Amino acid sequence: MTTRTNRGRRGALWLRKLVSTLGTVAVTFLGLLVVTFLIGRVVPVDPVLSVVGDRATQAQYDAAYHALGLDKPLVEQFWIWLQKVFQGDFGTSNLTTRPISQDIARVFPATLELATVSIVIGTAFGIPMGVWAAVRQGKLIDQIVRVVGLVGYSAPVFWLGLMGLLLFYFKLDLISGPGRVDISYEYDFTPKTGLFLLDTAMQGAWPAFRNVFSHIILPASLLGYLSLAYISRMTRSFMLNELAQEYITTARVKGVPEWRIIWVQALRNAAVPLVTVVALSYANLLEGSVLTETVFAWPGLGQYLTNSLQNADMNAVLGGTLVIGAIFVGLNMFSDLLYTLLDARTRNQK
Amino acid sequence: MIHSRILASVALSALMLGATPAVTFAETPPDTLIQAWSIDDIISLDPAEIFEFSASEIAGNTYETLIGYDPKNVSDIFGKAAESWTVSEDGKTISFTMKEGRTFASGNPITAEDAVFSLVRAVKLNKSPAFIIGQLGMTPENVEENIVQTGPMTFDFKMDKAYAPTLVLYCLTATVASVVDKKLAMEHEADGDFGYGWLKTNYAGSGPFTIKDWRPNEAVILERNANYSGDAPPMARVIYRHIPETSTQRLLLEKGDIDIARNLTAEDIAALKDDPNVKIESGAKGSLYYLGMNQKNEYLSKPQVRQAMKYLVDYDTIANTIMAGKVKVHQGFLPEGFLGAYNENPFSLNIEKAKELLAEAGVPEGFKVTMDTRNTPEITAMAQAMQQTMAQAGVELELIPGDGKQTLTKYRARNHDIYIGRWGPDFQDPHTNASTFAYNPDNSDDATSKPLAWRNAWDIPELTAETDAAMLEPDAEKRAAMYIDEQKKVMETGPFVIYAQEIEVMGERKNVEGVIVGPSFNDNNFAHVTK
Repeated sequence: MTTRTNRGRRGALWLRKLVSTLGTVAVTFLGLLVVTFLIGRVVPVDPVLSVVGDRATQAQYDAAYHALGLDKPLVEQFWIWLQKVFQGDFGTSNLTTRPISQDIARVFPATLELATVSIVIGTAFGIPMGVWAAVRQGKLIDQIVRVVGLVGYSAPVFWLGLMGLLLFYFKLDLISGPGRVDISYEYDFTPKTGLFLLDTAMQGAWPAFRNVFSHIILPASLLGYLSLAYISRMTRSFMLNELAQEYITTARVKGVPEWRIIWVQALRNAAVPLVTVVALSYANLLEGSVLTETVFAWPGLGQYLTNSLQNADMNAVLGGTLVIGAIFVGLNMFSDLLYTLLDARTRNQK
Repeated sequence: MIHSRILASVALSALMLGATPAVTFAETPPDTLIQAWSIDDIISLDPAEIFEFSASEIAGNTYETLIGYDPKNVSDIFGKAAESWTVSEDGKTISFTMKEGRTFASGNPITAEDAVFSLVRAVKLNKSPAFIIGQLGMTPENVEENIVQTGPMTFDFKMDKAYAPTLVLYCLTATVASVVDKKLAMEHEADGDFGYGWLKTNYAGSGPFTIKDWRPNEAVILERNANYSGDAPPMARVIYRHIPETSTQRLLLEKGDIDIARNLTAEDIAALKDDPNVKIESGAKGSLYYLGMNQKNEYLSKPQVRQAMKYLVDYDTIANTIMAGKVKVHQGFLPEGFLGAYNENPFSLNIEKAKELLAEAGVPEGFKVTMDTRNTPEITAMAQAMQQTMAQAGVELELIPGDGKQTLTKYRARNHDIYIGRWGPDFQDPHTNASTFAYNPDNSDDATSKPLAWRNAWDIPELTAETDAAMLEPDAEKRAAMYIDEQKKVMETGPFVIYAQEIEVMGERKNVEGVIVGPSFNDNNFAHVTK
């Protein structure tokens, strides 16, 4: 009887939590869209220009102005757009003349693939480096990690990208140049998911896989390095905090091996805030890095959104904003979920 | 220590991954021409709408217009899809005969029906370039009575006035006059749109290449047209890759991963001069670089100030240093190569002369003025050079940087002081530039016609009448003289400091032969390229 009541209560709590989360998400999205919409209208760029060009007659201009719905009041424009979104219609891009959903489905996988490889690199190197630096606090290795982090923070990504290309592509010939895949391999596989590494691997097109890999490795390492700089610094500070705790001293007194203390006990506790750090770094990468995408001719979300914004192509900008918003919300919820798995205290919270 | 071992193994495996030998080709495939170009300006592939640089070039290689001209000698006009034409006695009707036995890429024959359809459709769709046909008296309402098929391979083109025949023929060399496959386009018609919705991203032409694919901001792929009526192009494919960054283009070219780089800067060109594997090909384009001075500004509206400004630009430094290889000094509103182009350049940097003129204008101490400047490296560099020379005469030029569309929006609303711009002709006839630099039928804010003279609030009823008259002059020599006269007037008194004409530069791999760099973008041709 008691168990059933408890279960019922827990169910109600979950439901309430779900409703409140959904409510927050809805309000966040609405706010995000209102702000983006307003920014788009405040930007001193005439959206009609990208439709009719600079040479159109006044009549052609007026027709396009009307067709874009710009003659309606701002609130009405927003309302019309919102209604369409709820019907699953994000509108058409003025620039590419295609439905926004189709455009995003085309550019987003490029960014997703790059961001995922980058975050894997950033985390795989960043966390061990941070741990190492914390363990050897003040020693040479700590200084090196800090300098590496500082360079990652402060060097312009644009310059790093070009220098990377010059060295690894041009001089050393270790990797392929800008773009996602060489033309010669483009037709060796069908881009089903748009994630070329996955597509080529699934279809067993190994030469194409190697080519795709040799294209992605440099931009991904570069972006990975930037997130590494952040992740390693944060890991170091979380670890320093953990290593100063009493339970570590107790463990040492009890004779627990040092590697276990560091890599299992301390890191496990430091991992809780680290999850957020990694998730946010990943979310940042998923927004698309305009500069990296430009240098490496990577047809991703960053380039798409920047180009759309510069042309006041608001359907595209709003569509992209929705995707990015969804990523942030999704990753936040995911890191919350991981929290509960990693941290016993949050698991029992009601 | 175990953790250092873990770290070492992680690092090693990552290094091994990174060092996986890349399967790179030192050369592009022998039957494929790969170009790197910033192609994010493409908004449509429908010839009735195409007006942007890259799309025009693509149309020029994939569609055929009725009339063509020799890119090396534009006065040599000949039929492309049309075999011949005759002008009626009153000069108002031109009768065209189409070439026999030609087909579209689809295999459908090219007939007069297609030509009429294409022109009528362009006027009725009324997209940006529609005025090129529309200015000859065609409106969406009357075009069907004026462009009429008279036989399987013949049609009449009836105009409201007896326009200069060269004007009409040059208009028909523009992309908007491309012959579209009526049958194919109409198979995809929706809501009476003449197939426009479909053709925006598809292809229905008869040129040496077909458009196989357009992936916005990524690539355009052209393929050899198996049904082309002329000589088959040696290249099976021409691929445009969207590479926005010029340094990246240069690296790709030097490495041999592309055949042609299209957006090289003056610095890149200088650096590539010594590369034995690369050659530089260039050709004069019709685009002009100019400053537009708003006559609503109290200082700029003074004639002596306008003149003074023309002495405060260091033309030579811009042409020979900042934009070396990419422009040449040119001050008339018709680019060199056009009928009636005035190629004298009377102005040069002369601070003393400018000071005298400013004193005459009553502003001996100079004045302060802003210039809306597109934030590209080249435009910014030229603007900064002008800022420096103008300061020497006391003219304090404040640069307002902005994105291209942003500065243009302001310019079109006449809210600027000075705008640094670039103007490309819409077709090969002098009327195209005369009708913008020397034409302003209504200077009021709500005018329906808004040429460059209007944008700079320059009220010129007399010049406007002269432009109208030159449009109708049948004698080419007299017509040329009229334009020369107009250019001199604009040079002397106009609100434009025209300072340079564009030279288009392509960085090519040594083995690339046969590229034609024409005066307009739809003249750039790759049909004869070998490598």
